[in-house]
Amino acid sequence: MSLDNDKKPAIELVGIDKRFGAVHANRDINLTVAKGSIHGIIGENGAGKSTLMSILYGFYQADAGEIRISGAPVAIRDSQTAISAGIGMVHQHFMLVEDFTVLENVMLGAEGGQLLRRGVASARKELKRLETDYGLDVDPDALIEELPVGSQQRVEILKALYRGAEILILDEPTGVLTPAEADHLFRILQVLRDQGKTIILITHKLREIMAITDTVSVMRRGEMVATRKTKETTVEELAELMVGRRVLLRVEKGEANPGAPLLSVRNLTVKDGRGVTMVDDVSFDVHAGEIVGIAGVAGNGQSELLEAIAGIRKPFSGDILIDGKPVAGVDPARLRALGLAHIPEDRHHMGLVLKFEEYENSILGYHRDPRYGRGGLLDLDAIRKDAEEKIAKYDIRPPNPRLKTANFSGGNQQKIVVAREIERDPKMLLVGQPTRGVDIGAIEFIHRRIVEMRDAGKAVLLVSVELDEIRALSDRILVMFAGKVVGEKTPDAGEQTLGLMMAGIAA
Amino acid sequence: MSTASVPLPGWISYGVIPLINLVIAFFFSGLVVWLIGENPFEALKYLIDGALGRGDAIGFTLFYATSFIFTGLSVAVAFHAGLFNIGAEGQAYVGGLGAALVALALDRYVPWYVTMPFAVIGAAVFGAAWAFIPAWLQAKRGSHIVITTIMFNFIGAALMVYLLVHVLIVPGKMAPETRTFLPGGQLPKLDWLMAIFGLKLGPAPFNVSFIIALVMCFLVWLLIWRTRFGYEMRTLGISPSAAVYAGIPYVRTVIIAMLISGGLAGMMSLNAVMGASARLQVEFVGGAGFVGIAVSLMGRSHPVGIILAALLFGILYQGGGDLSFEMPNITRDMIVVIQGLVILFAGALEYMLRPVMVRIYQQFAGRKSASQKLAGT
Amino acid sequence: MDNYEIFVSMLGSTVRLSIPLIFTALAGLFSERAGIFDIGLEGKMLASAFAAACVAYATGNAWLGLLAGIGISILFGLIHGFASITNRGNQIVSGVALNFVAAGLTVVLGQAWFSQGGRTPQVPNGARFDPIILPGAEAMRHVPIIGPLYSQVISGNNILTYIAFLMVPLSWWVLYRTRFGLRLRAVGENPGAVDTAGISVTWLRYRALIVAGFLCGFSGAYLAIAQSAAFINNMSAGKGYIALAALIFAKWKPVPVMFACLLFGFLDAFANFMQGKQLPLVGEVPVQIFQALPYILTCVLLAGFIGVARPPKAGGVPYTKER
Repeated sequence: MSLDNDKKPAIELVGIDKRFGAVHANRDINLTVAKGSIHGIIGENGAGKSTLMSILYGFYQADAGEIRISGAPVAIRDSQTAISAGIGMVHQHFMLVEDFTVLENVMLGAEGGQLLRRGVASARKELKRLETDYGLDVDPDALIEELPVGSQQRVEILKALYRGAEILILDEPTGVLTPAEADHLFRILQVLRDQGKTIILITHKLREIMAITDTVSVMRRGEMVATRKTKETTVEELAELMVGRRVLLRVEKGEANPGAPLLSVRNLTVKDGRGVTMVDDVSFDVHAGEIVGIAGVAGNGQSELLEAIAGIRKPFSGDILIDGKPVAGVDPARLRALGLAHIPEDRHHMGLVLKFEEYENSILGYHRDPRYGRGGLLDLDAIRKDAEEKIAKYDIRPPNPRLKTANFSGGNQQKIVVAREIERDPKMLLVGQPTRGVDIGAIEFIHRRIVEMRDAGKAVLLVSVELDEIRALSDRILVMFAGKVVGEKTPDAGEQTLGLMMAGIAA
Repeated sequence: MSTASVPLPGWISYGVIPLINLVIAFFFSGLVVWLIGENPFEALKYLIDGALGRGDAIGFTLFYATSFIFTGLSVAVAFHAGLFNIGAEGQAYVGGLGAALVALALDRYVPWYVTMPFAVIGAAVFGAAWAFIPAWLQAKRGSHIVITTIMFNFIGAALMVYLLVHVLIVPGKMAPETRTFLPGGQLPKLDWLMAIFGLKLGPAPFNVSFIIALVMCFLVWLLIWRTRFGYEMRTLGISPSAAVYAGIPYVRTVIIAMLISGGLAGMMSLNAVMGASARLQVEFVGGAGFVGIAVSLMGRSHPVGIILAALLFGILYQGGGDLSFEMPNITRDMIVVIQGLVILFAGALEYMLRPVMVRIYQQFAGRKSASQKLAGT
Repeated sequence: MDNYEIFVSMLGSTVRLSIPLIFTALAGLFSERAGIFDIGLEGKMLASAFAAACVAYATGNAWLGLLAGIGISILFGLIHGFASITNRGNQIVSGVALNFVAAGLTVVLGQAWFSQGGRTPQVPNGARFDPIILPGAEAMRHVPIIGPLYSQVISGNNILTYIAFLMVPLSWWVLYRTRFGLRLRAVGENPGAVDTAGISVTWLRYRALIVAGFLCGFSGAYLAIAQSAAFINNMSAGKGYIALAALIFAKWKPVPVMFACLLFGFLDAFANFMQGKQLPLVGEVPVQIFQALPYILTCVLLAGFIGVARPPKAGGVPYTKER
């Protein structure tokens, strides 16, 4: 390799543009990644990071723009061309065949001939080499489904290296890892960099960017807004670049008047489908007339906590009490009857049936309520009238209960959910990511409603990855990290304090 | 750009596309006829004449349609809950046992209108029972309901043959069938209904089950779009995760939906067993359960669509007989070919035309909005 | 000795009845391991039987008949692929449709061409696969124990029988020892893994359906021009579904598929044998029990009461790239 070639950047993206229908996912992106560096790309959910990387890996075609690898323009038509251009990708959701061995997964697509036998021998040898060179230790004969998540990720990295990748893209690699596993990953990435590989790390976690990258680029709403040397920037600057100079959210609210505890969580532990502990021995109370916010980086157990309280996930152990009555493992319908309302994090898959008409969604979960019919029958007139009232009160547009829910904008969809859950006058309200993908006007409206609920003496539990939102709304803030509540703060605690706690650095 | 996310107006999705799919299916059917060396248009004329040309022909057409309405509703109800019930054939078969047992028990003592409600219940309960095990296996053990209902079609067939050969057979007779029901166990023909239109029913077994079928259409419509349970079924069918969020119990919803589906399939036997042959015979279902799949797909799982599709298949089944008489080269099995092509084009290939339609629609709508813009300036 | 003879003759008919099941179940294996449900096995079998009989009759050549059977079966597979891979249609609906098309078309064309009520004319001698007498079969006949086994079970079968038993290790080898097999198994479990490895999911699945069509063609030819000498209306008589049951019963693995097919074939043979016979204590056992048994066993297995039958994870789901 000539010295001259070495100086050329590993990747140059010039004017990359991509639309999905009405969504402008990438706007005129320019990016240069130096050879032998770890380059972070940071941005909020939906900022366009994954789309950009999918274009680089040949999953999508850019509408416009050019990709240059080591200075030479390359047309990446599919994953095959990306692989031959020396690009490897570790996807957020692992692309592994679960009932295959590590070896089989590594070989898939790079078998070295029609028959497997010769390939198996050389793959074994190559894996051994990769293991000694980079410290990527995985038993080649282990079945994927029997490996812990961290090892599965190492298999993904091995797959890329086995195909001769010089450039490795990792999409939110630590989302599923424990802190110890994440540290292990970072050590591997450093070794890879020191051996001359180029690494692109996509994440929305500031801690990781600061800990490991050499350079960082920030994306916001489909645009590349800045690139900095990591040493020369700060968490604060990056955070500001990520969210933009957004109008500071100020919610008018008076002092809280907390009453008796309505919702209590005691030593709650929740595991996911794989048996990984997502919520680890968590205890807290939510009193009448207060908003308790749960802050944390996405994937630290907040979602699972919320779903367990809402009856969607079965707790592994511990208690959930409503008014002192144990309700752990009780189904959502009974919880609603006890006065627990739930604005779920994911309105598309949980809060709404997008193919339903608006009025049909206005009763989801409350469809057995006597006011919506007699006996087993639904009273559509009553439901539509009710829906129209909510539409008027919440200014849902267009004001048409017969319109398919999928045809409403994000903010209006969210208002449909909020109206349904709040207008039932519940005693307790669970709120997950209330303003994700919602326009500014609707954000203010929804925030006001949540505060009104508090002032009416309801117990509100708020989960959000938007720290601003948590600070603006909450009376008390619990910070979650790696499944545990690592501390409690008042909303006037500094952003930096909370940020450090969310990163698991200080309690 | 992908066209999958572009919304099309309802009249295209539910009207134009299914219609074109149907036309394509008939085009290929015509191709087969032409291949055989007959004139497809002439064949179509015989087919329609044979199905609608005379009073008794219409009677037979409506008789077949009645069976298909029941099985079509059966498939549709399960489909709304996100379940593919391929077992209507077996459920109808076993349902026949329920109807026959009621008829055999009561026909000596009471008139038909007393027997009828019990027979409806008997047929429905036996049909539902045959759907219960696959439903339970799906709900509780996660066994794929498509596979289990197929298996239960065969198990049901074996069971019924056994019962007819060894248990229900009339001693001393060779034919594996029950004794003929007395009039108290038969559903009377609808001569009067035909007479209103000035038609003579003749030997056609068009009977009271048709009215039961229409009532069931109304009840299914009510169930799916006007009841709380129907709402739960549709939620589960469209979005299982939203159903979990809403606290809709999966096991209960799956099992009840399948019981209703099986019950409707079972009622098909009223038409064939009590309305036509007045006895329980081997293989009396004759594929009506599978036709139900085609009927439900074509009718977009809506009772009105199901009635229309059932009539279409009724015409095919009745007209197909006349066609094979007039054109001996074309056997009745031509119906099965058409049925297969309809399922293929209206079901499996239902999205084939969508991208084309989207493009045409966008061009048209685009031009319209462009001209509106022009008019605005 | 009398009992032994019965045993041997039953073994012989078990083999004969299992052959179409083995071909068809192996066909289903390739399709379903690639993530495409194949309810249409029955139809493919029927269509290929018809094609084999027609061509063997017309040309007087059994091999051309077999070729025609394979060709038609592959064509059906390609239609299934067009509907369920290219157009992302429902695989089950597509399979059901093809079964109807096959059931109807074979009779309609048969009647139009031969006017024998949907049957094809008797295939002339030499245009079907005749039994092959292995060397020494006659001489061995009277050797105790091994003799009858050799002369009646191992010898005296047609070539397709031997091919069927060869197809089992061959399928195993293709599936587990070749690149194609590795990719095929992968695409049925996680098409995303295949796609990101730079392999076309579409083409891979089409190839799986072509292999399935190829194998299923043998089963149809076996029915029409090896076991019989003509095509008869609905000659597959549900064997496609039994093969499907055997495939599930064997948990989608080639060697167990052979044993499951032999088991179901044996049940069939036993049912034929028991017809009208009395068993001590029980009396006459109804033949329907044996007919239903394969399906009952499969349901019990599916329910997870005897081991777990885990179908290929991506089965039945059309592949779309994630957004």
